[in-house]
Amino acid sequence: MDIKDIRADFPILSDERYIYFDNAATSQRPRQVLEAVADFYKTTNANPLRGLYEWSVGATEAYEKARVKVAQFLNAESETEIVFTRNATEAINLVAYSYGLYNLHEGDEIVISIMEHHSNILPWQMVAEKTGAVLKYMEYDEKLEFSDEELSKITDKTKLVAVTYVSNVLGVTNPIRKIAKLAHEKGAVVVVDGAQSTPHKKVDVRDIDADFYAFSGHKMLAPMGIGALYAKKKLLEDMPPFLTGGEMIELVTRDSATYAEVPHKFEAGTVNAGDAVGLAAAIDYINDVGFDFIEAQEKKLTALTLSAFKDIPYVTLYGAEEAERHSGIVTFNIEGCHPHDVSSVLDSEHICIRAGHHCAQPLLKYIGVNATARASMYFYNTEEEVERFVEGLKRVRGWLGYDV
Amino acid sequence: MDLKQIYREIVNEHNLHPGHKHDLISPTYVLEGVNPTCGDDVNIQLKLDDKGVITEASFNGSGCAVSQASSDIMMDQIIGLTKEEALRLVDTFMAMVHGTVSDEELETLDEAAALQDVAHMPARAKCATLAWHTLEKILKEE
Repeated sequence: MDIKDIRADFPILSDERYIYFDNAATSQRPRQVLEAVADFYKTTNANPLRGLYEWSVGATEAYEKARVKVAQFLNAESETEIVFTRNATEAINLVAYSYGLYNLHEGDEIVISIMEHHSNILPWQMVAEKTGAVLKYMEYDEKLEFSDEELSKITDKTKLVAVTYVSNVLGVTNPIRKIAKLAHEKGAVVVVDGAQSTPHKKVDVRDIDADFYAFSGHKMLAPMGIGALYAKKKLLEDMPPFLTGGEMIELVTRDSATYAEVPHKFEAGTVNAGDAVGLAAAIDYINDVGFDFIEAQEKKLTALTLSAFKDIPYVTLYGAEEAERHSGIVTFNIEGCHPHDVSSVLDSEHICIRAGHHCAQPLLKYIGVNATARASMYFYNTEEEVERFVEGLKRVRGWLGYDV
Repeated sequence: MDLKQIYREIVNEHNLHPGHKHDLISPTYVLEGVNPTCGDDVNIQLKLDDKGVITEASFNGSGCAVSQASSDIMMDQIIGLTKEEALRLVDTFMAMVHGTVSDEELETLDEAAALQDVAHMPARAKCATLAWHTLEKILKEE
């Protein structure tokens, strides 16, 4: 596969002055995705699931085909296990409000990891506060792994374990299958934050045995505002709705209502069919490129970055030594320079990287820093871009008033 | 002025060699300001005499070069001012950030006026204003 052909599919990448290394925040979109969304609105736009006429039926079909596509992509047993949401954050909140608040009680325990993004912390703080459950953190060791002692925080009291598959700061992949097995032995359910894993690796929700799996479309070539929650069907059936309103009912009287079948019970109001079609196109694109290529390209770019870092004495890397353990995410600091200043100086050379706490303040506190810089690469990035980024990085200290 | 020039001509000197980055002994007021988007914090300490004149001012905390330089420049300028004069200076600085400042007013900002261009960068305005917002809070609420 030729990287030039891939890049030609992404209109925004045609301006080669810019280097986009903030893919862990959001990816870019290929024209195939942009056109799929435009085509939906140009040819079959109507309110899905309601109308009895041709266009509405067409919109419904397009929307439901996207659901099937997501189910196949994650290897779910059935498309009825896929609930469309705005993003991973909304998907995790759905689980917190519709599962957590109803199934956790005083004295129960919620176990999460110190690596979590705020979107997989705050909903559980809320559940703990409202139910009286206790929130516990598993911390990783110097090998970026969870020791048996840390994993033993999952006990008979644990009712829910929430862990990210891939860390948005360290880039490491967590052993979800192992964690799920431990949790299930204790009778707890497992919520997996798949925001950073879904774009970068083949995900099989049945193989890892996740009870809930959340992801965002916008980090994997799809439009902003569409994501999904996978959940085992039995769990979805027993859960009350998250939001209530239109097109999620079976029957409504003046005082009561019965709800529609899953997954529609969880999709109140007019759905985002246009972007669901975009997500389906993004999945097609990723499948065409293939995860073998995606992982190989990310590993190559990461290896190049890490080896360049070795020659720069004032760079501190946060994360594994091995390139294949990064999922394209390289988090670092430059001695004496605040990451905001690093990002601003690189920005003046059209190099886009992230700086700050990456919505993971407990993790940064655990690492012992206030903020970091983060370069995150995807399969359309190139070795030339990495070289330019490294050259730019070497000039940063000079611009900020240091001799080197 | 482009960003690199601002760093070279104003920010770096104050960031690398701040004149007011230390703790005061028994300050009258202490207040911590936090920038939630980056987690940076600035701790502002003031000593006022019985006439309400700021006799000593310092800051501490961690932050980017822009926020550190802005804090240091602010301290330079508020020492010797009364509460009311300092608040007027904050108003003028905010007016500069919002682009509503007159040329005469801009002159009263002295060195802080050099932060005009960085304060207009949407990504960095919060860094430039953190110390000023915190000072305003102290003087208005304490």
